[in-house]
Order: sequence, then C-alpha cells, then structure tokens
Amino acid sequence: MDFGQSAELLARIQFAFTVSFHFIFPAFSIGTASYLAVLNALWLWKRDPAYLKLFEYWKTIFAVTFGMGVVSGIVMSYQFGTNWSVFSERAGAVIGPLMGYEVLTAFFLEAGFLGIALFGRKRVGDTLHMVAVTVVAIGTLISATWILSVNSWMHTPQGFAIDANGNFVPEDWWAIVFNPSFPYRLVHTVLAAFLTTAFAVGAVGAWHLLKDRSNRQARIMFSMAMWMAAVVTPLQILAGDQHGLNTLEHQPAKIAAMEGHYESHPEGAPLILFGVPNETEQRMDYAVEIPKLGSLILKHDPNAPMDGLDAFPEDARPPVTIPFFAFRIMVGIGFLMLGVGLWSLWARWRKSLYTSTWLHRAALVMGPSGFVAVLAGWFTTEVGRQPFTVYGLMRTSESLSPVDAPAVGASLVAFVVVYFLVFGAGVFYLFRLFRRPPVLDEDHELDKGPHRSAGINPGPAQEDSIREGAQNAD
Amino acid sequence: MPIDLPTVWAGIIAFAVLAYVVLDGFDLGIGILFPFFPERTNRDLMTNSIAPVWDGNETWLVLGGGGLLAVFPVVYATVLPALYMPIIAMLLGLVFRGVAFEFRWRTARGSIYWDVGFWLGSTIAAFTQGLALGALVQGITIVDNAYAGGWWDWLTPFSIICGLAVTVGYALLGATWLNLKMTGELQERSRRLALWTGVGTMALIGVVSLWSPFIDEIYFERWFQWPTAFFSAFVPTLLAACGFALWHGLTHDKHLQPFLAALGLFVLSFIGLGISFYPYIVPGALTIAEAAAPESSLMFLLVGASVLIPIILAYTGYAYWVFRGKIDPEEGYH
Ligand code: HDD
Ligand code: HEM
Ligand code: HEM
Repeated sequence: MDFGQSAELLARIQFAFTVSFHFIFPAFSIGTASYLAVLNALWLWKRDPAYLKLFEYWKTIFAVTFGMGVVSGIVMSYQFGTNWSVFSERAGAVIGPLMGYEVLTAFFLEAGFLGIALFGRKRVGDTLHMVAVTVVAIGTLISATWILSVNSWMHTPQGFAIDANGNFVPEDWWAIVFNPSFPYRLVHTVLAAFLTTAFAVGAVGAWHLLKDRSNRQARIMFSMAMWMAAVVTPLQILAGDQHGLNTLEHQPAKIAAMEGHYESHPEGAPLILFGVPNETEQRMDYAVEIPKLGSLILKHDPNAPMDGLDAFPEDARPPVTIPFFAFRIMVGIGFLMLGVGLWSLWARWRKSLYTSTWLHRAALVMGPSGFVAVLAGWFTTEVGRQPFTVYGLMRTSESLSPVDAPAVGASLVAFVVVYFLVFGAGVFYLFRLFRRPPVLDEDHELDKGPHRSAGINPGPAQEDSIREGAQNAD
Repeated sequence: MPIDLPTVWAGIIAFAVLAYVVLDGFDLGIGILFPFFPERTNRDLMTNSIAPVWDGNETWLVLGGGGLLAVFPVVYATVLPALYMPIIAMLLGLVFRGVAFEFRWRTARGSIYWDVGFWLGSTIAAFTQGLALGALVQGITIVDNAYAGGWWDWLTPFSIICGLAVTVGYALLGATWLNLKMTGELQERSRRLALWTGVGTMALIGVVSLWSPFIDEIYFERWFQWPTAFFSAFVPTLLAACGFALWHGLTHDKHLQPFLAALGLFVLSFIGLGISFYPYIVPGALTIAEAAAPESSLMFLLVGASVLIPIILAYTGYAYWVFRGKIDPEEGYH
C-alpha cells in the first residue's frame, strides 16, 4: 500500500493528518477549560443558577472534546519515533526534555484533576472543586507553552552544539526554551485557542437565541462570547503582525512564500492580494497587487528592498501554494472576526445584542471559523518551514525513519479510517450536545445535582435525555 | 561519588513503565472482560469505576515514551521503527478505548458499538504491548544506531505468548479491581473470573520465564550463574507467595488483598525482566550507558523530575482517595 509514493511523502502526509486532527481538539479544549473556570467562579460568586447551568452544559462538551484531544495526542507522542526516528535520534536530547516537562508539569496535572473537576463537586466541596477546575485550565496552558517551545525551537533553533555524529547537543537551556519565535508563537496560538472557543460558544448561543430570544443562559453565553470576540480579535491581529515581523527576521524565505514573492524587489515590494502561484515557472500568475504596500507593512518603509524566493538556493525554497493561500485564509478570517466583534459592540450600544437576528446569523456562520483559521495558520507555518525539520540545519528528507513505504501507507490508511470514524462520531455527538437548549427547569441540575455529583457518573445529568433524544434522533 | 545519571534515568523510566502497566493494566483489563458482562447496567458501573482515573493512568505511558525520547533518544529512535506495526495498532486501540468512556453515554442505539470498541481497543492495546515486550526480549537488530531488521521481525511464537500473557494478566488486574469496587452479583462474577485469569496468568508467566533463558545466552547466564542466580531464585519464590495470596483472598471474601496480590505478580515479573536486561536497555544491542543522551539533557530533566514525580504521586493518590470505596449502584442513576 504505497500508492506509488515515497515513504517520505507518506510519512509527511501521515504526520500532517494526525497533528491537524489532534490540534482541532486542544484549540477548543484550551479555551473551554478557561471558560469553565470563569463560569464556575461566577456561580460561586453570584450564586446565580444560570451560571451553574452553563457550567454543566459546557462541562459535558468539554469532556467529549478533551477525551478526543488525549487519545489523538498520545498518537502524536509516538509518531516522532515511528515516522521520524532519525530526527528523534538527532534532536531528541534537545526537544525530548521539553516534552518531558510537558508531561510532568501539564499532562499529569490535567489528568489528575480532571476526574475531580468533572465528577467530584459534591465529593470535595465547592472550594476544592473550584481549585480542580482552575488547575485543569492552567494545565492546558502549561501544555501549550512547552509544546510550542519545542515547535518554535524547530523553527528558530539556538542554544545547542552539533557533535561528531551530527546530533544536537543542548548547551544553554534558557536559550533553547526561549528561542526567538517562541514568545510570538505562544501568544498567537493561545489567543487563537481562545478565539476558536469564543466563536464556537457564540455560535451555540446565537443558535439558541434564534430559536428563543428570551433564553437567559443563551443570552449570557452569547454576550460573553461577543466580548471575547471584540476584545481578543484586535489583540490577535496585532500579535499576528508582530509574529510576521519576527518571521521576516528569522525565516525570510517563509515570508517570501507567504507573500507570494518569487522575485526580489530591490525598490519596495508590492502586497499581492491575490494570484495563482505557478511553482514550475516560479512566478505568480494573475497577480492583483498594491505597489509598495508589502514593504510598508513588513518594513515600515515603502521603498525598502525585499528578498523574493530567487534570493535563496533552489534546494532551500519552501513551496508557495499552501503557505500563500493558507495565510490569506487565516488573515481573511481574522478580519471577519474583527467585523463580528465590532458589530456586536455596536449592537450592544444600540441595545439590540439579543434581538438582532442578522448578528445572530452571522455569529452562527462564524462558528467554525476559528478551527479553519487555526489549521490555516499551522499549515502556513509548517509548510513554510520546508524543506527543513530543524530550520536550516536538518532536512525533512534526512529525518525519516527506516521504514518502507508500504508500511507507512498502510498505517496512514488505518489512521484515516479510524480518525474519520471515531472523531467523526465525536463531532456528531458534539453537535447533538450543542443542540440541547440550555434551559433551567425543576427537573434539572439543582435538584438532581446531589445525586449525580455524588456519583462518578460521566454522563452528567443529560445522559438520560440524550439517550432518549438519541432514540428520537437516530 | 558522582551519581550515575543514565542508571538513575533507566530506573525512572522503568518506574514509569511499571506504573503504566499496573495502573492502565486494570483499566484495560476491565475492557478485556466486557464480553463477560453483557448487561448494560453492569457495563455502566464498570466504566464508571475507572472514568475519573483512566486519563492519569494512561499519562504514565506518555511519560515512558516521552522520557525515552528525552534521555535515551537512540532507544526511542530504534525501538519504535522496529515495532512499527504493533505500536500503531496499540495507538489505534487506545483511541477506541479512550473515547468510549464519553461516547457510550452520548447515544442510545450506538452505545453497543462503543462497547465493542472499548473491548476490542483494550484487548488490542494489551496484546500489542505484550507483543512489543516479547519482541524486545528477543532482541532487535541494530546497526549503526539505526534499526536494521525487517518489519515482521516482531512476530514470533514467543512474542505471541507474551502478548497472551499480558492480555490475561491485565484481565486478572481488571477482575480483582472489580472485586474491590463492586458488590453483589457483579463482584461474585468478577471473583470467579479472577480465579480463572489468575491461573492463566501464573501459567503464562511460567511459560515465558522458562522459555526466555533459551532465547539468548545472556538470559541463561543471568538466571543460572552466581551471583545473579541468588536474586533470580527469589523472584519465583515471591511469585508463588503472591499466587497463594491471590487464591486465598479470592476464596476468603477479601476485597483488597487479591488486587494487591495481582499487582505483586506484575511487579515481580517486571523485576525479573530488569534482572535479565541489566545493563542493557535494548537487550544485546544497546547498554544503558551507550544509549544515554548528553549529560546536560539528563540533568536538566532530572531536576524537574525529582521534584515533580513525588508531587504527581501525591495528587494522583489524592484523586484515587476522593473516589475511594465501593461503587454504589443506586448512586448516579435515575
Ligand atoms: C497549543 C497547544 C498544543 C499543541 C501545539 C499540541 N498539543 Fe497535544 N495537547 C494539548 C495542547 C497541544 C492539550 C490542551 O494540553 C491537550 C488537549 C486535550 C488534552 O488532554 O490535553 C493535549 C493532549 C496531548 C496528549 C495527551 C495527554 C494526556 O494523556 O493527558 C499528548 C501525548 C500530546 N498532546 C502530545 C502532543 C504532541 C506530541 C504534539 C506535537 C506534535 C502536540 N501534543 C501538539
Ligand atoms: C498542532 C498544530 C500543528 C499543526 C496543525 C502542524 C501541521 C504540520 C503540517 C501540515 C506539516 C507538514 C508540512 C509538510 O510536510 O509540508 C507538519 C510537519 C511537521 N511538524 Fe507540525 N504542526 C503542528 C504542530 C507541531 C508541533 C507542536 C511540532 C513539534 C513538537 C511539530 C513538528 C512537526 C514535524 C517534526 C514535522 C515534520 C514532518 C514534515 O516536515 O513534513 N508540529 N506539521
Ligand atoms: C488577521 C490577522 C493575522 C495575522 C497578521 C496573522 C499572522 C500570522 C503569521 C505571520 C503566522 C506565521 C508565523 C510563522 O511565520 O511561523 C501565523 C501563524 C498562525 N496563526 Fe495567524 N495571523 C492572523 C490571524 C489569526 C487568527 C484569527 C487565528 C486563529 C483564530 C490565527 C492562528 C494562527 C495559528 C494557530 C498559527 C500557527 C502557529 C504560529 O506560528 O503562531 N491567526 N499567523
């Protein structure tokens, strides 16, 4: 089962497939974990049952997402060895300890307190339960910190020496962890996770508002989500811009690919809004461009010279098509998010936040936008790093394991089948959970709370109705 | 005396793997035993008894793997390609096992499929872990720090027996856990299953132990030559004691003792393996000292590990404590 492809290409497709699937879940669970902590704190502070209801509502969704994040993440931690063993051997001494710290400081923390956060409210009492919920949220952020440090080191390596066998040997851990692109990538990715969650929550709120404007819980979640959209999107655009400037400094070839500049522009580069990259001829067809704006954005000077891909040796140029389009998708979504955020501020001011059907429709459509932007961002970053795994030092083609193409192909097929089956079902269940109206009624949470929470029943409260609902829906 | 960092780390990794085996062992064992408990309510109780802890249990696997990458990169980079297929199968098995906890609650009609997935996933994960262990004991062809064997090398009669041994052993752990956490008829049935799987586990441990000295001279020397023979004589004696404690506990209505005895069987087998392996980390190919990462990596991670692992053990213990006691079948169901 090699589909006529090389083991290298198959291994790359397999890695890209599994890591993209994996990241969809953390992108949502990082934000949801913090959201749950906020909701629980509001419930403890105000004792308003609406917040408890919202906590329980999103808790179930979080549990499903988190489970998928865990299992797809475990696959990732072994893929380095199965598919990129040469990379693991040569870079393991540098990236391994960082991932080891991720396990010790984040994964155990999340896992250890997850059970209490999900099922333990009545067993440990409000205070310790709040601690557990907060710890889980902090754990997801610590995890992001370490893994992004690892990933950033691969983009902007420093703090190491290379020994006689060609292995990377750590010299300065501080320099390794705080490598130049790490702070930018961390900020940009964590904000991305918060935005992803905000737009998903906003869409669920909008959907229920479209059905019933008076639903108080739906109002609260919609309002909270729109505050996030309005406040965080501008920060994210700023962070993205700074990130781009950092990349220009350390990975200029990637910027050339993202911008679609095959040729160097000694007298100021245009901003190519759109075009069709022609990889064989190394030129941009049908380009729509604004003169000098590219240099103005990236160098704050319309006439500053900019290197194109022709300034780099042919065997060190990244492909253009994917970074070029993926980057435009991400930035496009960023500005759409900004639009929704501003619109919500205006609606708030006009007191029509909960009545503006068009705003609700727009928020509904934007529900999945965070996921698309996040994946587009990663594709920009990772494909733009090619043909290297450790930028400028170790090529992807040298990183591969000594496994044969048919073995990689067969396992790729197995991953594709299993992931679509399992995570497809998971996403279907998530949509079913989103569809439940977040309503309070006598028969609900508060009355059932003691029973349920005292048990360790993973199907919080709704399980019966879901099971009945399932029968109707199936 | 300077500390021998590679050996310290080999000990920590061995501890992580052992913690994984005994903790996730009983989770996986419950999955393996699913066909013996076809009733929906029983299955709900069984998964509920592990729902709050399974993620933590599985994290030891990530520490074992991630730890290898950090401190013995060559081992990580040779063993994983050598065991390519069983590892991928194990990962996919764990995917099915892990999602089942939540998914089986999210659907009425579909939940039977997730139950099957839970059973199959757990069984595959257990069996492939045994296969991997067997393949490692047999030895892996390494030339110039890279795997140089074929991609079916892991499949031999010996590795299949190891796969069976681990599967039956996990089922024993699962059954004794259920004996500990359950009441009534469910506990009764688990106890019978524990007796059968206990006999099976002891028999398979016997087969594997008698077989392995003939696979490689090193093991033979280890087990039958002075001074190591002195230690190796202990292990079988203690195994027999655990076997007796298991049998006694199950026939005398003890709840915790059988579980501890089953854990004892695993710990002792693991120590036996350690005696066989040392000072190799990949038998016959790489020693602990040869495979170690540069000292700065070992030291950097050790600083954190020595503080964090005790903390992890403390809060993991706390989480188990919060959910202690028998599962009350009335609780949580309405
Ligand atoms: C920005 C954040 C981020 C990124 C880039 C990655 N992950 Fe991840 N990962 C998380 C954020 C996260 C998380 C939020 O911490 C998860 C999601 C759900 C969960 O259980 O924790 C997680 C889970 C998770 C787990 C399961 C942990 C457990 O047992 O609880 C493993 C082993 C990995 N990841 C490993 C990886 C690897 C090897 C990656 C790189 C290729 C990776 N993750 C990218
Ligand atoms: C989680 C979000 C991530 C996504 C969506 C992502 C996406 C991708 C994609 C699409 C590729 C393939 C590029 C190509 O071959 O053209 C790739 C390659 C790679 N990425 Fe990432 N990546 C992510 C995070 C990471 C992290 C955190 C690490 C390191 C710890 C990492 C390490 C690698 C490695 C080793 C490759 C090598 C294979 C290759 O170059 O093709 N990635 N990634
Ligand atoms: C509109 C403004 C935005 C700009 C100018 C921008 C800029 C960038 C740049 C330059 C990169 C590549 C970094 C590199 O060279 O390695 C990047 C990556 C990324 N972007 Fe954006 N971005 C924007 C909006 C967004 C939005 C709205 C999201 C998600 C909600 C997002 C998510 C990501 C992610 C996940 C990555 C990959 C990780 C990283 O390298 O930081 N971005 N962004």
